Amino acid sequence: MAFLSKEASLALVQRVHRLIGIKNGSTPHGAPQPRRQRSAPRPGAEHFDVIVVGAGPAGSAAALVAARAGLKVLLLERGEYPGSKNVSGAAFYGSAILNELIPNWWEQAPVERYLTRRVLAFMTAETSVAIDFRTTRFAEPPYNGFSILRPKFDRWFADQAVAAGAFLLNAAVVDEVLWEDDQVVGVRVRRDEGDLRADVVIACDGANSFLAKNAGLQREFHAHEMSLGVKEVLELDEGAIRERFHLHDNDGLAIEYIGAITEEVSGGGFLYTNRDSLSLGVIGQISSLAEHRRRPYELLETFKRHPSVAPLVRGGRVREYSAHVIPEAGWNMLPKLYTGGMLVAGDAAALCFVAGLYLEGINYAIQSGMAAGEAAVAAHQERDFSARSLARYVERLRARHVLTDFASYRHAPGLVNSPRLQNLYPELIAAGAEQVFRVNGGPKRKLLPIALDTLRRANISPVHVLQDAWQAGRSFGW
Amino acid sequence: MVSIPLEERMRTVRFKVDDRPHIVVNAAVCNNCSVRACVYVCPANLFVPLDDGGILFNYEECFECGTCYIACNQEGAIQWSYPRGGYGVTFREA
Repeated sequence: MAFLSKEASLALVQRVHRLIGIKNGSTPHGAPQPRRQRSAPRPGAEHFDVIVVGAGPAGSAAALVAARAGLKVLLLERGEYPGSKNVSGAAFYGSAILNELIPNWWEQAPVERYLTRRVLAFMTAETSVAIDFRTTRFAEPPYNGFSILRPKFDRWFADQAVAAGAFLLNAAVVDEVLWEDDQVVGVRVRRDEGDLRADVVIACDGANSFLAKNAGLQREFHAHEMSLGVKEVLELDEGAIRERFHLHDNDGLAIEYIGAITEEVSGGGFLYTNRDSLSLGVIGQISSLAEHRRRPYELLETFKRHPSVAPLVRGGRVREYSAHVIPEAGWNMLPKLYTGGMLVAGDAAALCFVAGLYLEGINYAIQSGMAAGEAAVAAHQERDFSARSLARYVERLRARHVLTDFASYRHAPGLVNSPRLQNLYPELIAAGAEQVFRVNGGPKRKLLPIALDTLRRANISPVHVLQDAWQAGRSFGW
Repeated sequence: MVSIPLEERMRTVRFKVDDRPHIVVNAAVCNNCSVRACVYVCPANLFVPLDDGGILFNYEECFECGTCYIACNQEGAIQWSYPRGGYGVTFREA
């Protein structure tokens, strides 16, 4: 946005308005769809000002904001404790955002390392070419990002919502929302006497978002829109981590791998340094895994055996294996974000920013949770919980740059998952680099003939490359 | 060891098994399915093809990720919900 003129920015915002239907007035992203059988709450159900479903980063942020405003907030978590069902890489790039909510949060939260080094590696089966970025400027408060372990971080974050006055109920699964006319008026927890009433229900129930689907706000997903991540936490001596990854005391590294690391499957790999462990894993588009009949844990093994990865993980002991899905289609799979009495935030709203260079979700979860909390507080001030009143959530999401980011990068997911970008170009970069660096007594060729020769051998027309360059520009450049 | 078989890797994960399955598979539909995406995509290898054309599945060591029902292209073959509150997978490090 910084590179856009004022007019261009305005045009972008207007386009966002058009895409989400603000111009039409009424209820963009929010018209209730009376398709499913709707249950009404049983008489005598307890009442809360706000019920938040799911105590991940979005839910805890929403609960914290609402509880601080003095509202009676219930935060429901289906796991044994917040974070017990949650998996991320996990690199958390929302430090400055969380700092707004909890000043100097890193001094009290369970963080692993602040990330000062980011590597993007293009892989073939034998070769890798990497961009290695490092700055001491990310080692200063409020920091740019941290490696974290979700079961620990999420538990701490939910405790902050509780400290602000929210009630936390663990081991509570919510299967459906409750209705009166076209208004959501509560949730049904799967237990006896499970009906609970609320003026505003905020669904932060994660990537599968059964609640958003139950309320008719989200459709069923396509297998090409979702990716599966499988991950291991590998225990490794703190000193070995510092030496192996060239780190100082508490700074850390995030590596993202693209190319043949997932063989023919669309996806990538990641490796993050924790304090005394590594988090590493592979991500594969579900449709692509199915099409190529590849098992995700076998891809993880291939990844760990890659000649540029194996020396990094040598001697590591598996502490925990895990898996989770990632909503990857961005703008194209956003649900209706609200209806009367209900808002959707975080992964449940598919607010996961996956676009090659970027792999971000927790920051958008917190931002959308904060926006939802603010919208709920404002609705309470006016005692108006209709869809029209809750439409201010969309305004808050735009003000926090969430929807504008997803709108401006809406072409990126399709491009990033295309076969040429997934496998061919990393292959070409690696092959080209090998030709440049190999010394074998022959003539030293110049770069353009090497590039054209590499393209010819790969059987790609330069026209396709120009088309892809245009797509890349449209997705990332302007 | 860095490289370990899946069974050993699964032993690093804590599960509190609900006695009610949260995955229900309609065998009649699976018998007519030639794609069998669930067999490949499940990160815990919970779906195993049988010689008679059916699918053997186990819900007990499920990560609750949802990949199987998202990948399944057969209408109604996999019914999927979350286990009861407090049951299922409990990550400690993830």
